[in-house]
Amino acid sequence: MKDILLDVKDLHANVEGKEILKGVNLTIREGEVHAIMGPNGSGKSTLSAVLAGNPAFTVTEGSVNFHGVDLLSLSPEDRAHEGLFLSFQYPVEIPGVSMVNFMRAAVNAKRKYFGEQPMSAGDFLKMMRQKRAIVELDNKLASRSVNEGFSGGEKKRNEIFQMAVLEPRLSILDETDSGLDIDALRVVAGGVNALKTTRNATIVITHYQRLLDYIKPDVVHILYKGRIVHTGGPELALELEERGYDWIKQQIDQE
Amino acid sequence: MKENSLKQYIDLYDANVATINGRSAGALNARRAAARQLLDNASLPSRRTPDYEKSPVGEWMAPDRGVNVARVAIPVDLAATLRCGVPNMSPLQAFVVNDAFVAARSELLPEGVTMMSLKEAAEKRPELVERYYGTIAPETPLIALNDLLAQDGVFIHVAKGVATERPLQVVNILSAPISLMATRRVLIVVEDDARLQLLTCDHTQDNIQDYLVNQVVEVSLGRNASLDLCEIEESSAETYRVSTVTVNQAEGSRFGLTGVSLTSGHTRNNYIVNLLGEHASAELNGMAVNSDSRHVDNCTRVNHLAPRCHSNQMFKYVLDDESTGAFEGEILVDERAPFTEAYQTNRNILASAGASMHTTPRLLIYNDDVKCSHGATTGQLDSEALFYMQTRGIPVAEARTMLMQAFMVDVVDSVKIEGLRDRLRHLVERRFAGDDFCDGCNLQSTHTNE
Repeated sequence: MKDILLDVKDLHANVEGKEILKGVNLTIREGEVHAIMGPNGSGKSTLSAVLAGNPAFTVTEGSVNFHGVDLLSLSPEDRAHEGLFLSFQYPVEIPGVSMVNFMRAAVNAKRKYFGEQPMSAGDFLKMMRQKRAIVELDNKLASRSVNEGFSGGEKKRNEIFQMAVLEPRLSILDETDSGLDIDALRVVAGGVNALKTTRNATIVITHYQRLLDYIKPDVVHILYKGRIVHTGGPELALELEERGYDWIKQQIDQE
Repeated sequence: MKENSLKQYIDLYDANVATINGRSAGALNARRAAARQLLDNASLPSRRTPDYEKSPVGEWMAPDRGVNVARVAIPVDLAATLRCGVPNMSPLQAFVVNDAFVAARSELLPEGVTMMSLKEAAEKRPELVERYYGTIAPETPLIALNDLLAQDGVFIHVAKGVATERPLQVVNILSAPISLMATRRVLIVVEDDARLQLLTCDHTQDNIQDYLVNQVVEVSLGRNASLDLCEIEESSAETYRVSTVTVNQAEGSRFGLTGVSLTSGHTRNNYIVNLLGEHASAELNGMAVNSDSRHVDNCTRVNHLAPRCHSNQMFKYVLDDESTGAFEGEILVDERAPFTEAYQTNRNILASAGASMHTTPRLLIYNDDVKCSHGATTGQLDSEALFYMQTRGIPVAEARTMLMQAFMVDVVDSVKIEGLRDRLRHLVERRFAGDDFCDGCNLQSTHTNE
């Protein structure tokens, strides 16, 4: 069996004193794609935010082991350097910061973390060109401010472009399908699949089966009321598509 | 407020009037008696003076600093200042040490362009200086104090229809072996259809001496004249700067200001613009990058006094540590000024819990046919953007710097002087990165020019 990449144990987290995660357990091995599904408000986005280190959330209990590193003890930037990537549901616009400067800062910060010299301008631009091609990101977007004036589809492509540049070990795609038309969805999913290796892994957070037609999961989890209440194979997503979440809710609420 | 802060200067004047006049010239001397009279019953601005609550200039002027009435030459290594980033902008440079004009390479100036000592101009071109000197700045105690003590400064004249291709530059350096108050005077006349681009930069020779400069700049813009003025301050923390720029604009003229406080001690800038002729336009942009316990205050008065004029103001501050900022912005639309368009924006970022900002945007409108707006916001760095950048691996300190710099992009981009924009962007970047690049313009340090 493949090595464990991410091991989440009994994770509890609060936002503004309200407990959102109430004991999440999740194990992800290299090469796997996990889908996390669940109704609105079940804690899916909170889980991704907590893993990425969003300071708005407070972890009260539990542990997260990321390839031998205590993830929760790291700053968000060090989590990134260690290979965690979060594709935002709502990518943030940063007026006045160009995509090129943004990516150069990100790439060189990672190199510095590993004791390497900054990348030369030539190598950097060449890499940007190569990675852009993966998600068919227009060159003119690269010269603009980060996400400013990008369409919904362009923002999501830009997320996958950044993922391609940073080459993470674990990517969390938070509702990457929201706001995408079918063509954009295909491009984004194609990008994710192209970046898949036997050593990295992906968590796909989604409401709908739709994205999972393009990014095939190995494991599907249902998150409800802050806990993973059900885990199955790809067929679970199809079942949810057909039956909705009510049967799960009933089952759990009865317990 | 200390009552003697003004009295000491009046006493100084009374005791030295012969020396002051003897070391100055015609038009400058002609104004002193009236100024002396005005000051008899005046006091300098205190914390109780409206719009000076955060900049009690009277208190700033209370210490007994030296005043160089005898015009003792103070040596300064001009060549060394060229190592600094900004001074090397233009070959058409003049140097002012404290309040004395010391050098300009006048042989390089294009035909129709004059840049010389104001004292010398009062002697050699009295008719021109007399026509404008003291007629543009308002009658306030601060201006009167400058009238009383000003002995020299800079005179710039651009003859009718002359458009200089290259910008002029005035490098102001404060330098003295003792604490010093400099009274600097500048007169800029751009005649009808003429065009001028001017960069001024303020430096201090050292980081330890207590300096105060009371600067008065009078600008006359003729019909369809154009002036781009960029002021960059890079003074030490021990420097007090009080500056009043007043611009009279005739019909169809345009004025563009970019005021930059990169480093400073205590700074109060007054910008007064009088739109006197139809279709005149003024664009005032300013930025302050402030840290430690430094203070920057910009006070604007844009007076719409004729129909169909246009003005826009945008002032931005980033305040870190225990620094303070103030902005008193005013647009006045006179009843004689229908079809006015006037806008004002003030945006501020408090980068630390100890920093504070005081802003009072104001619109005074006395006729109905106008388009006006003003807005002021003070906030913190966007925490979502910071987190987003961190998740990409950008360390939080670097992310903060990038966001602060990004905040200033539009002010930097407003610089119309070619070549200066990139230089300024670079300087702002280094300032935010915490580089001690100018070191209060310690002339011993070396600087690289790209």
